[in-house]
Amino acid sequence: MRHALFGLAACVAASSAFAADVQPTDVVFVDGAIEASLSGAAGDPASGAEIMNKGAGNCIACHQVSALSHLSFHGEIGPPLDGVADRWSEAEIRGIVANAKVMFEGSMMPSFYKTQGFVRLGDAYTGEAHADGEVHPLLTAQQVEDVVAFLMTLNEQ
Amino acid sequence: MKITKMAIGSVAALVGMTGLSFADPDEDSLTINGDISIVTETAAPAHAENLSTIYSGWRFRSDETQAFQMDDFDNPGMIGVENATVDWETVDGSAGKSCSSCHGTPEDMAGLRAEYPKWNEEKSQVTTLEMEVNNCRENRMGAEKWKYTGGKMTDMIALISSVSRGMPVNVAIDGPAKETWEQGKQLYYTRFGQLELSCANCHEDSYGMMIRADHLSQGQINGFPTYRLKNTKLNSVHARFKGCVRDTRAETFKPGSPEFVALQLYVASRGNGLSVEGPSVRN
Ligand code: HEC
Ligand code: HEC
Repeated sequence: MRHALFGLAACVAASSAFAADVQPTDVVFVDGAIEASLSGAAGDPASGAEIMNKGAGNCIACHQVSALSHLSFHGEIGPPLDGVADRWSEAEIRGIVANAKVMFEGSMMPSFYKTQGFVRLGDAYTGEAHADGEVHPLLTAQQVEDVVAFLMTLNEQ
Repeated sequence: MKITKMAIGSVAALVGMTGLSFADPDEDSLTINGDISIVTETAAPAHAENLSTIYSGWRFRSDETQAFQMDDFDNPGMIGVENATVDWETVDGSAGKSCSSCHGTPEDMAGLRAEYPKWNEEKSQVTTLEMEVNNCRENRMGAEKWKYTGGKMTDMIALISSVSRGMPVNVAIDGPAKETWEQGKQLYYTRFGQLELSCANCHEDSYGMMIRADHLSQGQINGFPTYRLKNTKLNSVHARFKGCVRDTRAETFKPGSPEFVALQLYVASRGNGLSVEGPSVRN
């Protein structure tokens, strides 16, 4: 009985931490940039580096990143991200990662923190329709922050 | 401010790109069995308004993959052709007929692959070779339909394709087929799924570039069916479409659906002038 209660408390705590996230539908863009952290917390660049290479991030499918040259097959659809922290502010990078189409109209880059407005939304990579129910963005608020923190380490000067 | 940054972004992109091995189609040319010469590059038809030159997907594959297609003895897709040659002669269904009862030899099908999908007057719709094959099986042979993207069907399409190799793709897009073609065009430019990617994003805007480990081609279908080294079997056009739509995290259309037939007509028309190549070999 005690255990069950503790379990429940843990759940509530976890979901309320989540609720602190700015929801994808509530994000405010100013000139394509997002001022504050989406999760309210700082990002972890090491975790960000991993997201660059896998899962729903997989940024190097389209971008070259010299700092990740130990990973094979970097794509060339988007610009190389070396020195990206010299070209853009943190708020601008956050905006680009969350929804690049706000900064670059019609961009081929997927919107990683967006949950609405898709044509024939599927259930991940199954080819089946997405069932009714909550749509999760490609990256969580904290994952966006982690990626932003990693990109902020890419200085050339 | 936004504009300036964008300009910087694109200059960086250009500089980055020229620094890379910008991987356009290669310069190789294709002759099959030292005999059938294949047009893998030609001027784009006027209706493919955003392309100036069209290329077969063969030109984007590695030398090793390309070599498989240069001789029928090395082309694993020819095994499917052989299987279909047997089916061609095999009586099936209540009418006691085989394909050969009505159509003679497979060579009598020469030219068809180049013109399909095509308007079918009787059915009053655009049909694919697969639909025609199943129409014969059901209504002329009294036999069971084959699965649209199944092995038997894809082998048969490979046989029908093989006898047209070297002929220029020439699908009609005017007259009664126009509406279907327009629908296909619209699908081609629709950004599907959670990744919001259209066929054009990858195969028109980005061909020649690497997306992760894949060298993007123009997504032409003159080579279908294609034997893929990745799944070691012949793949049909609609199976490929399904895979590409699925990869955008979208709900796909069904093989044989009106949407995929329309998309096939449109994509085929973008390859008008390339040679029929199937069964081809890809990775
Ligand atoms: C399908 C391709 C694709 C994927 C995947 C992709 N991007 Fe991009 N990205 C682009 C393109 C194309 C641009 C150029 C902007 C434009 O003009 O559309 C771009 C631009 C950017 C820029 C601005 C670069 C500069 O120097 O101006 C950043 C930063 C960026 N992307 C980060 C990311 C991150 C981080 C991820 C993964 C979480 C990612 N991208 C995934 C295609 C992609
Ligand atoms: C995210 C990128 C992407 C999108 C979007 C995409 N494809 Fe592809 N497609 C690929 C890749 C990668 C390959 C394998 C390499 C190649 O041949 O381009 C491929 C291969 C193909 C081929 C095989 C070409 C050959 O020579 O064998 C066809 C046909 C094709 N795609 C059609 C389409 C159509 C039609 C659509 C839209 C419904 C589409 N693709 C959307 C990435 C994509």
